[in-house]
Amino acid sequence: MDFSLSPGAVEFRAEVKAFIADHLTTEVVDQMHATGTFNDKAFNAALADAGLLAGAVPGYGDRDPIELYLLFNELEKAGAPYDGLAVTMLVAGVINAVGTDFHRSRVLEKLLTGRFNCCLGYSEPDHGSDVASITTKAVRDGDEWVITGQKMWTTMAHVSDWVILLTRTNPDVPRHKGLTMFLVPMDTPGIEVQPVPTMATERTNATFYDDVRVGDEWRLGEVDGGWAVMGVALAFERGVMGGTNPAVPLLRHVRDWATGATSPDGGTMLSDPLLRERLARTAIANQVSQLLTLRAAWIAATGGLPGLEGSMAKLYATGRYQQAVAWFQEMAGAEGLLAFGVEDAAAGGWIDYDARHAPVTTIYGGTTEINRNNVAERHLGLPRDR
Amino acid sequence: MDLDLTKDQEAIRDVFADFFSSETGPERARDAEPLGFDSRAWDRLIETGAPGMGVGESRGGGGATLADLTVVVEEAGAHIAALPLVDHMVATRLLATVGACDDDVLAGTTIVGLAIRPAQDGTARTVPTGAVARQVVALDGDALVLIEGDPGAHLENHGCLPLAHRPLTGATVLADGPDAAGAYRRALDEWRTLTASTLVGITRTALDLGVGYVKERHQFGRPIGSFQAIQHLLADLPGLLDGARLLTAKAAWAGDRAVAGQTGVADIGDNEITDFATLACMALVSAGEAATTATDRSLHVHGGYGFSEEYDIQLYFRRARALSVVLDDPARECRRLADLLLAGPSTSSPPDADHLTSGATR
Repeated sequence: MDFSLSPGAVEFRAEVKAFIADHLTTEVVDQMHATGTFNDKAFNAALADAGLLAGAVPGYGDRDPIELYLLFNELEKAGAPYDGLAVTMLVAGVINAVGTDFHRSRVLEKLLTGRFNCCLGYSEPDHGSDVASITTKAVRDGDEWVITGQKMWTTMAHVSDWVILLTRTNPDVPRHKGLTMFLVPMDTPGIEVQPVPTMATERTNATFYDDVRVGDEWRLGEVDGGWAVMGVALAFERGVMGGTNPAVPLLRHVRDWATGATSPDGGTMLSDPLLRERLARTAIANQVSQLLTLRAAWIAATGGLPGLEGSMAKLYATGRYQQAVAWFQEMAGAEGLLAFGVEDAAAGGWIDYDARHAPVTTIYGGTTEINRNNVAERHLGLPRDR
Repeated sequence: MDLDLTKDQEAIRDVFADFFSSETGPERARDAEPLGFDSRAWDRLIETGAPGMGVGESRGGGGATLADLTVVVEEAGAHIAALPLVDHMVATRLLATVGACDDDVLAGTTIVGLAIRPAQDGTARTVPTGAVARQVVALDGDALVLIEGDPGAHLENHGCLPLAHRPLTGATVLADGPDAAGAYRRALDEWRTLTASTLVGITRTALDLGVGYVKERHQFGRPIGSFQAIQHLLADLPGLLDGARLLTAKAAWAGDRAVAGQTGVADIGDNEITDFATLACMALVSAGEAATTATDRSLHVHGGYGFSEEYDIQLYFRRARALSVVLDDPARECRRLADLLLAGPSTSSPPDADHLTSGATR
C-alpha cells in the first residue's frame, strides 16, 4: 500500500488549502453559524472560479477522483461551510450517473459554476428511515407529472434551485418498486418552504408540494426506478463527501484552548493526564476515520460504488465524534457550556457548538441503526430481520 | 496512493495463509498451551524462511519490508499460531543493524526475543517470548545488550504467551549510547506495528467465528443472527477491523519510508500523520481495541459455549487481551502518544544504521 498522494493530488490539496486560507474569513464562519445555513454562495462560486470544483462531482469528468475526497476533507477540517456544496455536488453526481442530456445541460453544468444549489427530498414527516414507504405522490398527466405531498429535513431548500424528490408513482406494487425520482426546480408554483430550527442553530426545512406540475423531462431515472437512483445517491453520500472527519476541527480547537486554559488542579489543561489521553485517543480516531473515508474514496476512484465502506466510515466516525465531544465538554466543565462570543467560553464556544451538533450526525444521512443493518446484511451476510 | 496489497504481497499472503492454516490453528494452539509455543510448527516455519525474512538480503535475510511482514503476521494472528514470530522478526532486524545476527538466529534455529520494556534492576521482566528464546535483546540504560542462555521459567498467564523474566547477568553489550537507544526504539515501533497486525488477524477471525456461529445457532425457531440485537453487536466490527488494518498498514508504510530517509509529520490540527513512531503507537492502540472488542462480542454471541474451552473463540479472546496489554496499559500508551503529538519534536530512531534511518518530526 502507498499512502502518499500523487504529485497532482498534492498540488490540488495545496490549492484547496491556499483557497481556504484566502477565502475562509471570520465573517464567512460567523455568518454560517449566525444564520444556520452552512452554505455560502460567494464562497462556492469562488471555489468554482478557482477551478477547484471540476473534480468535485462523483464519477464526472477526467480529474483524479481523489480530488473529490481531498476537497471535502479539507473543507471539513477547516470548518468551512460545505454542507450545501456537498449536497449539490452529490446531486450533480446522481445527474451524471442517471440523468439525461437535458438534465446535464440545464442543471449539471450550472451546478459546476458554484452559483446554484440542490437539496434532497427523501424523508417525510412520517417516513424517515423507512424511506421506501414515502407517500408524496406523482401522478402522470399527459407529458406532465403532478406532485403532491410533504418532505421533511429538506436542508438547504431555502437557498436551493432544485430539489431531487422521491415520489410514489405506483401504490400497487411492493413499496420500493413504485418510487420515481424527480429533479424539480424550486421556483415551480406550488412549492412552499418552512424553516425548521434545530438545537445546533443549523437550519433545516419542511417543504410542501401542492399540485406541483413538472414535465416528464424532469424525471430522473426510470418510472418506478427511484429506488435505484436512491442507491446511487446514498453511495455517494455516505463517507466520501465529508461528514466523517468532524472531530478534526474539534480536536484542534480543544488543543489550542487547553494550551492556555488553567486547570482547576493547577497548571494548564494541556498538562492534565486524562485530557492528554483523550486528545490522543481522538487523534487515533481521526486517523482511522480518515483512512476509512479514504478507502471509500479509493474504491470510487477505481470504479466502484463504496456504499458499504461509506456506511462503515460513517458508523465509526460519528460514534467517535460523539464520544470526543462528550469527553471534552465534561472536562471543560461550566466553560464548556458557554457559547460563541461569550467571555471564558471553552475553545471559543466550539465545545458547546460541537456538543449541540454531534447528536444529528448519527441520525442524518442514514442512522447508525440503518447503517448497522446494511453492514450486517450486506457485508456479514446475516439473515434479514425485517 | 494505492490501498491494495502489491502483487508480491498478495502472493506472500496466500502462501502464509496456506501455511498457518495447515500447520497451526486452534487445535494446535490448545496443544501448545500453557507455554504458548508450538515447536513443530516453528520447525516447519524455519523451512519457509520466515524467521529471517525481514533482514536485508545483503545480510543473508529475505529482504522483506515491514509492510511485507505485516501481511505474514496478520495470517499468523488469524490462525492463532503459537509462535514467537513477531518478536523474532523484530529482534533479527535489530541485531542485523548492529552486525550481531548470527546464522542460527537468521534461520530461526536459535530463537531470539525482544525485551519490550527497559530492564529494571538487572532483569528484563515479562519478556513476551522469554520462555522460549535462547537469545533476548534488551535495553539496559542506554546500552543495547544481548542475553544468551536457556529460556527463562515460564510465567503462566492469561493469554498463554511464553512470558519469562530474563536476568541480564552475563549479557553482552552490542552497542551503547543514543544510537543504540534509538535503534531499540525503532525496533519497539516495529514490534508495535507487527503486534498490531497480529491483533488485526485475531480480530478478523473473531468476527468470522461470531458471524458463523450466529448463522448456525437457532433459538426461538430462527437463527440468532437474524435478531437485530445480535446483528448490531457484530455490525460495528468490520469498521474497527478495517480501520485498524489500514492504520497498521500506514504505520508499516511510514516505517519503510523512514528507512529510506523520508521524514514524517504528526500534525493533529490538520489530521496529517506520517511519522512512524506516532503511527506505530496509534496502530497498536487501535488494533488492541479492535481485537478486544471483537473477541468480546464474538464470545458473547456464542452464549455459554463461548466461555467453554471446547469452542475456539476463548483462545482468541485471551490472546487479544494478552497482546494488547503486554507492552503497557493502552491508556499509558495514549499518554505517551500525547507526548509525541502535543510536546516538542520527537525522534524515534538513529541517524545511521542502514535500515533504521527515520526522521520523526512534527
